[in-house]
Amino acid sequence: MEAQASADSKATDHARGATFWSDRLFKAVVVACASVMGLLLLLFAYELWQSSQLSIRTFGWRFWVSRDWDPVRERFGALPFIWGTLLSSIAALMIAVPLSLGTAIFIAEVAPRWLRQPVSFVVELLAAIPSVVYGLWGMFVMVPWLRENVQKPLAQRFGFIPLFEGPAVGVSMMAAILILSVMIIPYITAVSREVILAVPRTQREASYGLGATKWETIRYVVLRYARVGILGAIILGYGRAVGETMAVTMVIGNRPDLTTSLLQPGYTMASVIANEFTEATSPLYLSALTEIGLLLFAITLLINALARFLVWRVTKGEGRY
Amino acid sequence: MATVMSPRGGGAGTKLPPKISTRNLDVYYGNFHALKNVNLDILPNHITALIGPSGCGKSTFLRCLNRMNDLIEGARVEGSVLLDGQDVNDPRTDVVALRRRVGMVFQQPNPFPMSIYDNVAYGPRIHGIRKRGKLNEIVERSLRQAALWDEVKDKLRQSALALSGGQQQRLCIARVLAVEPEVLLMDEPASALDPAATFRIEELMQELKDRYTIVIVTHNMQQAARVSQYTGFFLKGELYEFDETATIFTTPKRRETEDYIRGRFG
Amino acid sequence: MRISRLYEMWRRFANIASLTITAVCAVVVMAPVFIILIYLLANGIRSVNWEFLSSLPKPPGDEGGGMANAIVGSFYMVGLGLLLSLPVGVGAGVYLAEFGRSRYGNAVRFMADVLNGVPSIVIGISVWALLVVPMRSFSALAGGVALSFIMIPMIARTTEEMVRAVPNSLRAASLSVGATYARTMWSVVLPAARGGIVTGVMLALARAFGEAAPLLFTALGNRFWNLYLDRPMANLPTQIYEYAKSPYQDWHRQAWAAALVLIAVVLVLNVVARMSTRERFRALR
Repeated sequence: MEAQASADSKATDHARGATFWSDRLFKAVVVACASVMGLLLLLFAYELWQSSQLSIRTFGWRFWVSRDWDPVRERFGALPFIWGTLLSSIAALMIAVPLSLGTAIFIAEVAPRWLRQPVSFVVELLAAIPSVVYGLWGMFVMVPWLRENVQKPLAQRFGFIPLFEGPAVGVSMMAAILILSVMIIPYITAVSREVILAVPRTQREASYGLGATKWETIRYVVLRYARVGILGAIILGYGRAVGETMAVTMVIGNRPDLTTSLLQPGYTMASVIANEFTEATSPLYLSALTEIGLLLFAITLLINALARFLVWRVTKGEGRY
Repeated sequence: MATVMSPRGGGAGTKLPPKISTRNLDVYYGNFHALKNVNLDILPNHITALIGPSGCGKSTFLRCLNRMNDLIEGARVEGSVLLDGQDVNDPRTDVVALRRRVGMVFQQPNPFPMSIYDNVAYGPRIHGIRKRGKLNEIVERSLRQAALWDEVKDKLRQSALALSGGQQQRLCIARVLAVEPEVLLMDEPASALDPAATFRIEELMQELKDRYTIVIVTHNMQQAARVSQYTGFFLKGELYEFDETATIFTTPKRRETEDYIRGRFG
Repeated sequence: MRISRLYEMWRRFANIASLTITAVCAVVVMAPVFIILIYLLANGIRSVNWEFLSSLPKPPGDEGGGMANAIVGSFYMVGLGLLLSLPVGVGAGVYLAEFGRSRYGNAVRFMADVLNGVPSIVIGISVWALLVVPMRSFSALAGGVALSFIMIPMIARTTEEMVRAVPNSLRAASLSVGATYARTMWSVVLPAARGGIVTGVMLALARAFGEAAPLLFTALGNRFWNLYLDRPMANLPTQIYEYAKSPYQDWHRQAWAAALVLIAVVLVLNVVARMSTRERFRALR
């Protein structure tokens, strides 16, 4: 046993020492490959920054607060898209979080053992369906259904509330929110499930030992212990919602208004790029769209960094309290 | 072996009916026969120690008494465990109520990642006690009973995870006492602690035994000899011998018991 | 302690009710998978025929035609992406598994995860600025590069896990007979991890195959055959998008058919990959 262990450690010492030229070459190659990660992030930042220069110099900070979006007169402001992204992603989170948590709890704590793998698998398939397929289905199935069965009744009965103002047109903020929530559920569920499974068994036993029911144990002990990681899972899902493009473009209606009504068309940062980039003919128009891409990049970078940090702290066991 | 191991060999407790009795108790983990036909009576207001080499089934036995084995995938329990004459394994038994009556302290201190106060108040709260005054009273009383009050009374709002290992284990005892159980199961409660903290826990057990029925699993024979009035010896899933502690440690009836306490195996 | 009977009954009711609600959540979450698959089958199955699979698109408004060029184009660019991403991804994964406990290793792992979360549309614009603008043309090359940027972090992270799962005794055995470290990695460790790496690569391929956003302004799309790297190339995801937006009934029909083909490829890759991982993890335990 001991001989085995020392042979192992010697082997690794030898390995990491990299005495031969081939070993040194090998290490150099894999280090170079690893460095591609950082280089790619830098590349994206550089390209977006360079291509946005014209727009940044022309509009300055006013780009972010202006609600003008007039390609004909070349006046561009990103506010409607920032607003649309915020509204759709936050609303989608409000639908997705409870459903995802419920599902994660079901898989990790409630379902009989034989059912866990199949349920996890189906939920993972939700993440495997391409965005453009969600969009197609949303456009031709969900949107007409929503218009007839949800939006028309809402507009008739609750049209006086700003949330449900205006005619029921189908393609709308509401459609984007629903599609988005379905699309981010698998991410939040998968990470939450991992975090919940990482809660030590002794915590559950302590709770059961005091006469707690299963639900009380989940609610007050398991979820509490896992809360930092679950927050990470939610933020990760939020990052997905902010950057989601194709499906949203296909159902949101693509109109640059600052609307508060869920029944009206909207626009998001990602969808304006997808929808107008190939039609943009003037350099300033392209540059304005690129600047929106730059902001999108910066936002998702921050969101992901934060989420990864939280999840990493928990799974490495440093986020116990 | 169908004979019931019961503490009727004389001594102080003979007139009391047993608090817990097991009859033909078997436990399987998958195909592994972990506990074989255990028949044992446990007296109220005494400390009963269960000793034996690791893997002998003593912890498995302990976990039968409040049905903790339910939580283990693939575990199967046969036979009966009677608590005050009621069968614990009866499907009609309310496990939640049972576990409140039969509290458990684990090998590793396992405080919740909450404040000291919230740890102790956890049990009472889930059982519906919400009034601040009442909760304060229960927390103070439980911490006093667990001999921890003086050390933590000024930092009840601080994280329980900041306490030392010995303090954490006493906090876990206080947390159990807060729901006023009748039986206290202790699964090697001092194995993760230093000698001074172990001494505090043993002292505490002596103070608690007047009010509770205590069953302790330990691999430390000196500890069993020091704290308990009755001792059971487990080997390979069977209860080999059960008697007054003094008898077990001076004149054991079976050779295996003697071998174990003389340190010849395990 | 005084226990209120009524409260005890409430607790048990709340327990059962809450656990039931989690089951309902799971059902609600799973439902869209089946609903979408059923609609795809119902609307697409009759249009996936030989004409669809073998012919070029007809001019806008004309009935019939197919997506042969888009199907080939998708495989072409995903293959190109794989060619570019596989060496880099595996290399980075080996670095993370072997030397990843260092400070730089943690940074690389963190950046790979962040890269995984960068919206694909952002990757699309970046590659547009990187390749399309200087080359003055949309191109299959730009599309393949964009897809490779999506696959690199995915491949790196699975490779890391799989290489790390190779037992140290295997390395020790090779090193103890005098093999160099590089030789050991190349001839013993990587072959041992190959099955797992293939699984990860298949999942990355599945993701890349379905991506439209990074191809919109890199590969653009093309109504005709093209196999040149420096010209625009048709592909299924952007074709679905274009056809779905169009006013023509017949193109809508074809969009459903294309989506069915797309999802079939993606699902086969996913199912095979996940089934083989399960086998592998069972074997490891």
